[in-house]
Amino acid sequence: MIYEVFRQEREGQPFQHGGSLEAPNLVFAEAYAREFYGRRDESFALWIVPRDAVREVREPYVADVFDRDYRRVDGYSLKVKLKEARERAGTSEAR
Amino acid sequence: MNAQELLRLADDELILGWRNSEWTGIAPFLEEDVAFSSIAQTEIGHARAWYELAAKELGSDADSLAFDREPEDYLCSPLVELRLADDWARTIARHWLYESADAIRIGALKASDDPDVAGLAEKIDREEAYHRMHAAMWEERLRGDARFREAVDELWPFALGVLSEAQRSLLCEAVDRDEVEAIEQGERNDLRPLWEEMTMVRRSVPGASW
Amino acid sequence: MSEAEFEAYVQSGGQVEAGDSMPEDYRKALVKFIEMHGNSELMGVLPEREWILRAPTLQRKLALTSKVQDEVGHAQLIYRVVEDLGKPREACLDDLVAGKTKFHNVFHYPTKTWGDVGVIAWLVDAAAIISQKALLKCSYAPYARIMKKICWEESFHILHGRDVILTMMNGTDEQRELVQEALNRWWGPLMQFHGNPIPAEDDPMYRWRIKSQANEEARQQFLDGYVPQIWELGLTVPDPKLRKGKDGVWEYSEPDWEELKWVVTGHGPETERRLGFRQASRDETAWVRRAVLPDAA
Repeated sequence: MIYEVFRQEREGQPFQHGGSLEAPNLVFAEAYAREFYGRRDESFALWIVPRDAVREVREPYVADVFDRDYRRVDGYSLKVKLKEARERAGTSEAR
Repeated sequence: MNAQELLRLADDELILGWRNSEWTGIAPFLEEDVAFSSIAQTEIGHARAWYELAAKELGSDADSLAFDREPEDYLCSPLVELRLADDWARTIARHWLYESADAIRIGALKASDDPDVAGLAEKIDREEAYHRMHAAMWEERLRGDARFREAVDELWPFALGVLSEAQRSLLCEAVDRDEVEAIEQGERNDLRPLWEEMTMVRRSVPGASW
Repeated sequence: MSEAEFEAYVQSGGQVEAGDSMPEDYRKALVKFIEMHGNSELMGVLPEREWILRAPTLQRKLALTSKVQDEVGHAQLIYRVVEDLGKPREACLDDLVAGKTKFHNVFHYPTKTWGDVGVIAWLVDAAAIISQKALLKCSYAPYARIMKKICWEESFHILHGRDVILTMMNGTDEQRELVQEALNRWWGPLMQFHGNPIPAEDDPMYRWRIKSQANEEARQQFLDGYVPQIWELGLTVPDPKLRKGKDGVWEYSEPDWEELKWVVTGHGPETERRLGFRQASRDETAWVRRAVLPDAA
């Protein structure tokens, strides 16, 4: 059975995919994951997951069809409005 | 604890580590190859630590003790000398039996009144936890296999020979087997060729640094 | 995507994952290339493992076991990538021992002394790392990702090799002679290692950004990095023509390309014996795989 190993490089960091390995069961998979991703103390923690349990989601099922810029930073352009508001309040500085 | 007893421990770990390294590159599958190689390395690391303790008492150094004695002067148990390199069933049987015996031995050393010995036994015990897990994992998987059961039967008297007489009943309890006559001394038949190979580079330029 | 569009995509830095659609030729080329790499890591273990048993100090024994262990680990990572491209590990091993697939020239040669142990870890691994670093930019992302881990682990190997060599060079005349003699034997295979110079445009591996470095570029990088290191120890390279030109390009005697071809097609001095040994080990442990990894066996 194939197991995916996710590793946390240092405490508090996100878990990232390290690689995969073959093992008869979870007990063996854990032993092997420690070896492959921890024998040089290079991982703070590991998650070991049977490959079947991982569900992948990729393009194009994720992409937006209609524009949803209201929920992204680049969907907002405040420069012009800010300039107008400063001029009204008399607080705009000489540029 | 005297130097001879330290050498006994060191020799057991060195020779077993040497035997286990015979599997590096040819273990049954790649993941296990990497795991078993770590176990071999840890054993040699433990050997080195015991040799260093003995070296202090004997006014020598770890490498000289490990490699520059004659085969007759090694104090390892017959169990670790056996050449089992083509046979995974016997290799794992030895691994499981040795780890079970060693756990008892190390457990006793943790209570030693020599602080160096107790301290080192404590450190070794922590690393050995992983070896025991690995051995247990394989024992569980192979216990239904006739080959494995026969191997354990064959090696059982050798396993008893790793421990002192007083400790053997503890091993019987740990693995649920009856005590039999222990094999304590060997003819050194398997050790001699091992020693020839192990020391061939070192002997090629005596006294050199490598 | 047409094959031309795919080529443009990877050439502009596009990445390919395991589940993506890809031209069949690209997939086949990947499998062949990556499988050969896996075979090389696995076969490279055999010349070195004997010396673990003969290592002259405890520290060297540990370092060499660790190095060989890394290589087995690399083989595991690489064959997993091949498996996810559709070829199971056992099929790769079957083809390897049957002589149907290749592995790098250097692993077809014998190791004779502790001098070889040093030269392999220092120079053969260095030659391999140059190629491996170039693979960090491989268009096939799963392979590029494992190359990162592989390159990191290989960095320890070169240091170990250099330490072994330096200790011997600072030792006795006999030890220095061991190093020189090993270098004399390994120089030819080392110069052949990166392959004969093929112009990048003619190399499909390059067009598909599987490889991102031409063979000659790799060889020049090796010479530039390591010949000065060799000479500064007082060692000689067995090639009277070897010199760095004023334009920075190294000149050398033409490597024996016939020897390279002959060796990698299965006729090296140790090829048959080592493949036989691999097969024998596999046969002896087949019952374990059947018992424990029923999908594989």
